[in-house]
Formats: sequence, C-alpha cells, structure tokens
Amino acid sequence: MIMDQLDFFIRIFNDYTTQTIGLGTTFLGLMSGVLGVYAVLRKQSLLGDAVAHSSLPGIAMAFLLTGTKNTLLIFAGAALAGWVATFWISGIIKNTRIKSDAALAIVLAVFFGFGLVMLTYIQRMENANQSGLQSYLFGQAATLLREDVNLMGIISGFAIIVILLLWKEFKLMTFDEQFARSLGFNQKFINLVINTLIVLAIVIGLQTVGVILMSALLIAPASAARQWTNRMGSMVMLSALFGMLSGLIGTAISSTGNQLSTGPVIVLVAVSIVLFSFVFAPERGWLARLINKNKNRRSLELNKFIQVLYETCKNHEDIKHKHSIQILKALPGYHAGTLKTLKDGGFIEVANNQWCLTALGISRASANGKQEGISQ
Amino acid sequence: MEKSVISINDLTVAYRFKPVLWDIDLEVPGGVMMAVVGPNGAGKSTLIKAVLDIVKPLAGNVRLLGKPYHRVRSKIGYVPQKGSVDWDFPTTVKDVVLMGTYGKLGWVRRPGSKERRLADQAIEKTGLTDLASRQISQLSGGQQQRVFLARALVQEAEIYFMDEPFQGVDVTTEKAIVNILKELKSRGKTVVVVHHDVQTVTEYFDWVTFLNVRKIAAGPAGQTFNNKNLELAYGAKFTLAE
Repeated sequence: MIMDQLDFFIRIFNDYTTQTIGLGTTFLGLMSGVLGVYAVLRKQSLLGDAVAHSSLPGIAMAFLLTGTKNTLLIFAGAALAGWVATFWISGIIKNTRIKSDAALAIVLAVFFGFGLVMLTYIQRMENANQSGLQSYLFGQAATLLREDVNLMGIISGFAIIVILLLWKEFKLMTFDEQFARSLGFNQKFINLVINTLIVLAIVIGLQTVGVILMSALLIAPASAARQWTNRMGSMVMLSALFGMLSGLIGTAISSTGNQLSTGPVIVLVAVSIVLFSFVFAPERGWLARLINKNKNRRSLELNKFIQVLYETCKNHEDIKHKHSIQILKALPGYHAGTLKTLKDGGFIEVANNQWCLTALGISRASANGKQEGISQ
Repeated sequence: MEKSVISINDLTVAYRFKPVLWDIDLEVPGGVMMAVVGPNGAGKSTLIKAVLDIVKPLAGNVRLLGKPYHRVRSKIGYVPQKGSVDWDFPTTVKDVVLMGTYGKLGWVRRPGSKERRLADQAIEKTGLTDLASRQISQLSGGQQQRVFLARALVQEAEIYFMDEPFQGVDVTTEKAIVNILKELKSRGKTVVVVHHDVQTVTEYFDWVTFLNVRKIAAGPAGQTFNNKNLELAYGAKFTLAE
C-alpha cells in the first residue's frame, strides 16, 4: 500500500516539468521554512505578509523599465520594493506615534494598491510580453523554468550559509536584543541581514505561490515546528523539513491532472501540517495539554478526597474507624470513580460495606497535609 | 577607598521630548555594591542602558575603568530586566548561560569546551545544575532570574550592572542572589543594582544612588540612605516604616 503510493509519487516526478516544479518548490519550502523561524520568533509574522504584498509594484516596475519578464530582474524589483517596505514600516514605527500593526497595514495597502494600479496600466500597453504578469498575484508554478529553479537554489544556498555563519549572532539578537547590544553586536547590521534574508525568502516564492499567499508559507512550517521542539536548532531543521514536504506534496497533488493550481495547494498542505501539529504534538499540542490537565485535576481530586477522609477518621479514637458508604457519600468531593481509584490503588479498603483508610492511605494523606503546611 | 571605576559626566537622556535623565554626574568607587533607587520613571534602567551604550544619550560622557565603554566591553557584565525577553523562546538554561561568552568570542566563532566549562561553573554556582537542559519556559521567576545572573557571571567582568535582579524572586532566592553578589564584591568586583525595595538597601548594599531624573544623592549607604534623601527622591512624606 505504502509502496504503491511511493511508486506513484516517484512516477509523478519522472516528468521533466514536474521535476522542475518539484525542485523549485522544495528550494522554496526549505528557504521559507528556515527564515520563517526567525520571522515567527522575532514576532514579525505580519512583516512577511506586508513584504509579500509590497513586492508587487517592484515586479511591475521591473517589467516597465526593462520590457521583459527576466526572472532575475523581477526578483530584484520585488526584493527592492519589499526591502523599501520594511524600511518604511520600521521608520513609521520609530518616528511617529503609529503602532506597528497600523504601520504594517498602511504600508501593505499603499504598496499593494500601487502595484495593482501599475498592473492594470501594463495590461493596457501594447506589449505582447505583458501577459502572465498577473500570475504573480496568485502564483503559477507552471511558469517555472530550470533557470528560475537554479536561481532559487543559489539564493537558498546563500541564505543557509549566512545563517550557519551568523547562527550565534542571530539567535542572541532574536532572544535578547539588549544583552546582544551590551556585548557590542551591531543590532542594526544583524537586523538588516535577517530582514534581507526574509525578503529574499518571500521573493523566491512569488512566482510559484504568489504575492497574496506567500506569507503563509513563511509562517506555517515554523509555527508547526515550534510545537514539536524546544530547541532552536531542531526547530529550524524541522521547519525546513515541513517546508520542503509541503512543496513536494503540494506539487505532487496538483500535478495529478486535477487542474489544481500548485501554490494554493502547497499552502494548504503546509496548513494541514500546522493543524496536525497543533493537535497532536507532545507537550505543546492541544491533545497532550488536555490529557495533562485532566490528569492533574484527577490527582488533585484524589488527594483532596483522601484528605477529607483522613480528617473525618481523625475525629474518631481509632484512626482505622470504619465508615459506611452512606457517610462517605455525604463527604465533600465524593465521587464513585474517585473511591474506586483509591480502592484500586490500595489507599482504602472495604469489608461488609464498611470503608476504612489503609496504612498507605494514611501516610499519603498526612504527606499531603505537610505539603499544604509548606505552601501556607 | 579606590578611585572611581565608573565616572559619569553631564549625562542627559531624552525619549522624544521628555528628559528621562537630566545632567547626571556620578562617581562610583571600585569594589562597592551600589543600589540605584528611585520611584518608577526615575530613569534607573535608562541610566544603566546609557552607560552600556544601549541608549544614545543626548549629551554627556561615561567612562568605565577610565575608558569609554566600547574599549572595556569584555570587562562588563549585564543582567537586563527579566521581562525584556520572551521566556517561551526555544532554548535551554545552559544555552542562555553560554550567551554570556558570546562577547569575548566575537563574530562567527562558536563556544567551545572552555566556554562550556565556564557555563557549567556558573550554573552550579547559581544552583541550576539540575535544570541545565531544561527549556526556559519551564522555569519559575526566581530560576529565570538566576539564569540571567549565571549568564552575567560567565562574562567574568570587573563591573556588573543588574537591572532589578530581585524582581519576581522569593525570599530564599533573593538571599542566595545577594550572597553571590557579595562574593563578587569580596573579589574586588563592582556591582551596580537597580533596586526596588528600599527596606533592604542598607542590609544588602554599601553604596547608594538616589535618582529621580536628576541625581538626588550618592555615597556610602550608611550616610546617604536617610529620610531626607528618600523624601527628595520619592516625594514628600515618604519615610521608612520601622
């Protein structure tokens, strides 16, 4: 069964076009997975969205100035516009009383609106080349050429080398900016490098995933990865893996002839990984937290009831004084399940419908009492 | 008394149009444990940040060990406010403590076995050995504060600046931290602490600076810590409850 699927998967990627797209989306997933970790940990998730939308006028401008759709030029235009947008955003936050969310929204809207106006202008031009520029809005993986994929590979490789070299500096600046500055690390330079790499991660995905959805691919793998690990190194690796898987699986799904466009499918795969992680991850996952909460509550209930029972027994001369079930039922915190668990655990014993604490039960109750004494 | 290891001249810092520190002159002799006290918004944290070049002053200059800060960085330790970082960050106690070695390592170089040994020693000294590989979000407030202290110890500094190291800490941990600071002092180090609890100033510190945008007073705790200066710093009718 699994072999069949694997075989099917391999056969899909036998096709040259699909291979190209698969390789491209893998690079894309790798790069956005890795850089997404920094965006998420620096609480700049929305910055990615603003940069992606803001790159549109850059794409249009690159086309207007050169009249071609050369990938490198389009990348450069998009990166430049996205980069300028990050400067505007941080400039607005720094120099006005406008808060960061409003600054992001303003810059995003202005750039994206300007980009849309330029696109409609280009559409009315008599240049046969202009068709297809629209595809940058929603992305069109089918337009990926081998050269484009090579360029994506080079950019991801460059980004990963920079991150490996400056791993320590990036981590320190992300975790504790003030301490980093006190050590003499140049905050402006490090932030500039990180932001530039995030911009690049977004730019290389625009052709495939599009301006509107690209930020999802930046944020989703990192958010999913955070659920599974408490170390930054493994978070980056997991996030890269999730990103690459999203790219590959998304490409495979959309190339099975069902006419689904690749970009949105990749994003949906990434989001499925996020949902799965939110529910099933150990420790941080919803399910694990629910189980943990119930376990805690049950053990608290047990301790509380055994305490009540102990206090009741202490009122009698013999600590082993027996009580009927009617009396137990009247005690606060009584629950049939609780009584059963205590009996199964050997904390209480029953004979002729008469209940009594065992030695184990008494010692647990008095231990609880001591703990309470400390916390008071 | 030794000559000053910290000299601050005419230091003025403003956020936008509001002065936070006004014309501060301060000389701190070497080997003292100094509390910086004053009401909220008095500029206590800003004073430390201005000394450490984190905040750009409007005017004035600061010399540490007779030199500007960027020349003596490796001899300065810093404990920022606990609330200035996200404790849900995916990292461990040991990893945070290792960050104290990053300054001396400089760019690109990674911590090696020497740095790890230093970190282990600081972790042991602050009583965090059992928690070394724990994720930092699973720590109590007092443990988090000790992680920051351990990170500063790893810096092997001559002067330590600590921004509210007792914040969110229980009495036992507070005493443990004070003992570590006193040990630093006994080894000739200078320790500057932004402190909130005026009740414990004379018990913990031998030097005190009163701050409220301007410097109110500074000197040996025994003479300087009195009701007159408390009133000047905190406003009228603020006296110590006996």
